[in-house]
Amino acid sequence: MTKNLEDFNIIIVGVGGQGLITLLKIINKAAQKEGLDLVSSELHGLAQRGGSVEVHIRFGKEIYSPLIKQGGADLIIALEAQETLRACYYASKKKTVFLVNKFINPIIGAEKTLSFEEISQNLQKFSKKTIFVDASEICKKEFSTDVVSGIYLLGLTSAQKILPLKESSLIETIKEIVPEKFLELNLKAFNLAKSY
Amino acid sequence: MDILLKESRQKLALLGNEAIVRAALEAGVNFVSTYPGTPASEIGNIFSQIAKNNGIYFEFSTNEKAALEAGIGASFSGLKTLVAMKHFGLNVCADALLPFCYTGSKGPFVLYVADDPSCWSSAQSEENSRAFSYLAHIPTLEPSESQECLDFVKLGFEISEKLNIPVMIRTTTRVSHQSSPVQIGKINLNNNFSKGKFIKEPKRFVTMTPRVLEMKKELIEKIEKIKKLSEKSSINKIEKGKGKVGIITSGVSYLYVKEALKELKMDLPILKLGFFYPLPEETIKKFLKNLKKVLVVEELEPYLEKEIARIAQQSNCKLQIFGKNLIPEVGELKPEIVLVAISQFLGKKISFDFKKHLKDFQKINLPKRYPQLCTAQIAPPGCPYWLVFSALKKVVSENTIIGGDIGCYMIGSLPPHNLYDYLSCMGSSIGIAHGIKKATNQKMIALIGDSTFFHAGIPALINCVFNKSNPLIIILNNQITAMTGHQPHPGVGKTGMAEETTLIKIEEIVSACGVKNLKIIDPQNFEEMVSSIKEFLEKEEVSVIIARRICALLAKKLQK
Repeated sequence: MTKNLEDFNIIIVGVGGQGLITLLKIINKAAQKEGLDLVSSELHGLAQRGGSVEVHIRFGKEIYSPLIKQGGADLIIALEAQETLRACYYASKKKTVFLVNKFINPIIGAEKTLSFEEISQNLQKFSKKTIFVDASEICKKEFSTDVVSGIYLLGLTSAQKILPLKESSLIETIKEIVPEKFLELNLKAFNLAKSY
Repeated sequence: MDILLKESRQKLALLGNEAIVRAALEAGVNFVSTYPGTPASEIGNIFSQIAKNNGIYFEFSTNEKAALEAGIGASFSGLKTLVAMKHFGLNVCADALLPFCYTGSKGPFVLYVADDPSCWSSAQSEENSRAFSYLAHIPTLEPSESQECLDFVKLGFEISEKLNIPVMIRTTTRVSHQSSPVQIGKINLNNNFSKGKFIKEPKRFVTMTPRVLEMKKELIEKIEKIKKLSEKSSINKIEKGKGKVGIITSGVSYLYVKEALKELKMDLPILKLGFFYPLPEETIKKFLKNLKKVLVVEELEPYLEKEIARIAQQSNCKLQIFGKNLIPEVGELKPEIVLVAISQFLGKKISFDFKKHLKDFQKINLPKRYPQLCTAQIAPPGCPYWLVFSALKKVVSENTIIGGDIGCYMIGSLPPHNLYDYLSCMGSSIGIAHGIKKATNQKMIALIGDSTFFHAGIPALINCVFNKSNPLIIILNNQITAMTGHQPHPGVGKTGMAEETTLIKIEEIVSACGVKNLKIIDPQNFEEMVSSIKEFLEKEEVSVIIARRICALLAKKLQK
């Protein structure tokens, strides 16, 4: 992690069941490996049943609050594109980088589903930099499943140097956390992001 | 989970709830009981996996009252006991909690309660369990982070052992579901469960007048002793700072205060209270003595603020006290709320325009994405409740009232279903239905899950039969406690330690309660469900449909 960085604040958003908590665990443990102070916050129970989910991860020096403050996110990873907009609460034009999966899960009861252009337009006020990526599509094509699109995005944060953790700490942690039979697939997805 | 059983010199990132489990293992817990409820569910989930091989007795009890009473029995028999629940569970077991504080514990006893400010996983109310500390006279500790979860639970067991009194550990969602580094200690476990012994001491364990009033006196004396202990305890700490303006805080609010002061580059004196009850009054007086202004930062109701105001009268009556005039009483606190409150309190400006930012954010106005019943995509063929809801939509007229209850099927109150006309606490769909049937001529359907039926629905069903009302009750029998993560209930045939046990049949209970109109229907038999609802709505006596089909997510899990 860059030496003069006080703290780094990550929000991951998506829809319940997209594997946000696994990503959180990997980032947490990798940060810990690097000797950083850290705190994260997640939600369980009803909040998780297919609704909007957000988790907070903070690491650096002297970290206290488990929640990131309004406008305080450095990096927002969105596993579902529309949910990106909900995370704008934590974003600011000054510093927030968005990494958005170009995957849409329609909101039941909504009048319409937003297009990527509309999402992108809305982000302008909140984003310093936005990367849209077809993570679900790429993973489906390559592995015939999109369950690893979160890991692919994590690989991309590393490849694009928008997450101040070492690639080696992330890979080591994936090896520790992901069950043996899914490990190869996860590592492949992580590494595939390098060729994006 | 294995991590909780290992030794480590390095700090581990643990969830608050994991740290609580670890603390119990380090304290050498013998007996653990719970009823699942978010944000406390992990306690039971973890113990159900590890108890048996580590000499611990564990159970998922029928409800929180049964869990607490089981724990009381274990403590009376000398065992070290942990009972865990969510805030609403404390309401359910309150009847047992108050006399338990009178008799006191014998085996050291910790009661873990997790509140859920902002109601992330809770219908019914935004409860602040700290009120129970006063009601029951139960010593209460409030951790802020995972390390304190570990330390405070161990301290709780020590206090309980020393003074024979149950101790409550109260967290909130942002503590129980926060991951932060923990320096763990040594585990203290046996391979085999060693039984305790109940030694007869009626004077100690029988609450009966006139002895009960002596007991109350003894309880208050114990609290006085704990107050002294609290004065000396390092978990109430004064952090020195500059100036005559200070902050008093506890629980997760402390973390927001630290974050705000870091951002404002301010160095104020802080009193961080680990004890909520009894409060270290002398420590508080000492802290307040030289201050001109104090800000009390606490979530939900201002219990602390009221106490501080009372204590200030005795030590510094000119002190200006701020609290709920700057901090909302509804909803959980957030770092920006505390930052803004402190900056207002100090008359300091902050560089970020939160109001403008919020306005810009609100302009986006993305429709809400509500929690959903599992679709066929997530777990084929999808949640069986979809079919029950569709059957109801097909049959029910405008004038028919539908009552909901607590479980995944609460989702029925959200779009696109918008099914329920009322939704309250565990078991209440039936209890309230009876009242409505007695009070009106309207048709009435009550929905209740199987775990909830066992938990609190049975007395209400008996009341319908006993007092002659005729709602239609649909028991959603998905054969598990689904919403909290698939814990077994009395209708499953397995205990919390995965041992075989009697499978209690819901239909036999319903029949034994005197219900004559009873059908068991697989929701996939849609036409039968529709015609049976129609038929039963015309009955003059109470009727029950057991909608029986396994939770789709559980079925998927079992296939793996």
